Amino acid sequence: MGKKLAVTGNQAVAEAMRQINPDVCAAYPITPSTEVMQRFASFVADGKVDTELVTVESEHSAMSACIGAAAAGGRVMTATSSQGLALMWEMLHIASGMRFPIVMPLVNRALSAPINIHGDHSDGMGSRDCGWIQLFSENGQEAYDNLIQAIRIAEHDDVRLPAMVCMDGFIISHSIESMEYLPDDVVRNFIGEFRPKNPLLDIENPVTYGPLVLPDFFMEFKRQQHEAMLNVKDVVLDVAREFEKISGRGYGLFEAYRLDDAELALVILNSAAGTAKDVIDEYREKGIKVGLLKPRLFRPFPYKEVAEALSSARVIGVLDRADSLGGFGPMYMEISSAMTTNGAKPLMINKIYGLGGRDFMPEHVVQVIDELKEIAETGNIRLQKDFLGVRE
Amino acid sequence: MKGWKDLEIGAITKAGSADEYNTGSWRAFRPQWIEENCIQCLFCWIYCPDSAVTVKDGKRGEFDYLHCKGCGICARECPGKKGKKAIVMVEEGK
Repeated sequence: MGKKLAVTGNQAVAEAMRQINPDVCAAYPITPSTEVMQRFASFVADGKVDTELVTVESEHSAMSACIGAAAAGGRVMTATSSQGLALMWEMLHIASGMRFPIVMPLVNRALSAPINIHGDHSDGMGSRDCGWIQLFSENGQEAYDNLIQAIRIAEHDDVRLPAMVCMDGFIISHSIESMEYLPDDVVRNFIGEFRPKNPLLDIENPVTYGPLVLPDFFMEFKRQQHEAMLNVKDVVLDVAREFEKISGRGYGLFEAYRLDDAELALVILNSAAGTAKDVIDEYREKGIKVGLLKPRLFRPFPYKEVAEALSSARVIGVLDRADSLGGFGPMYMEISSAMTTNGAKPLMINKIYGLGGRDFMPEHVVQVIDELKEIAETGNIRLQKDFLGVRE
Repeated sequence: MKGWKDLEIGAITKAGSADEYNTGSWRAFRPQWIEENCIQCLFCWIYCPDSAVTVKDGKRGEFDYLHCKGCGICARECPGKKGKKAIVMVEEGK
């Protein structure tokens, strides 16, 4: 059995990286993910991993070095947050387009300006279309578990795509929680040996990486990436089943909390989902049929499965910790697509919450559930999209 | 042409395949080799950013105009013989 202890989210992620023991890490520090690489650098210095740690001058260089190391044939990881991810942006597309299974913890933090170091999902959502698999984690345990599973998912022959594992900056990254580590040998057996594809270091079989691909072939390569994304769902579920055997912890494409008969439903990512679950329990005791869907896999998005899980809901409140200014929040757009493309027409509202680390309190959940109740009774929606806890 | 199901993922191709394509078609100036001024130093071969200077048995031959982009680096680096360049750039079409 594993070891139970009290650690921060960052510590848990660094521990998972130690157990994964990647060939190469290239990283540049940025709050709140700094502690991940700081702890990992200690593992390197203490000889606890075999990793070649490349300390670079920027996140653009970090992802570039990761891409080079992946092309050479290595198992590669890095970690970042916010502006760091933004600076990686063009290289994120190159990592996915070249089909490198790089795995990266993303400790979610707001994007400037105004400058802010606290947790929201604007960084992760901003990289939604970069061709990376995105897994979200409610707490340190989930971040640890997701990171180990992400290696298997990203490296699967039907996938071969990079993956980022998201957790909330500070709220999770810097909070100490009780959680369980798996034994080293169990993790190593679970992830297995890395099998590089067309490695540049195989000098007997030279290949060209990064050729110019013009209009006659470009779309075929994008279609391939889409196919790989379509394969991710099954791989995520297979890997989760295997992971449950070694950990006793079950995972799916999302978590459905008291959702089976729910007439009112909330959709919330990451740490705020934990807050919502407590409030939902209180409403359930009063006989109000409310439940929660907490997405785990955001890219690719499991539209059909999400729509089925939300099929009993007459009113849905989608909470977004990031905003597409001038549009709906990114999660709302996905839930809306999921419902309408599957023929369901629930009443839906979008609440933007927690930007720049603004506290998300139980009373905010109460406010949203009460509004959902009112919409269910009257059929009227006052404001389709609104902000929670913002001062007038 | 191959469809998406048959292409190697990540646009990975065999090494050295650029040799099979004519990539010299946008040249505005072409290098001209003047053999009598050539001392066979092979600076042109070293400096060429493509592989447009052909070399056989340690001696340079004609330019490979299917791959020369006309950048002019070879002409600039050419030391020539007694002040006379062995490579000069000539405008295409003239």
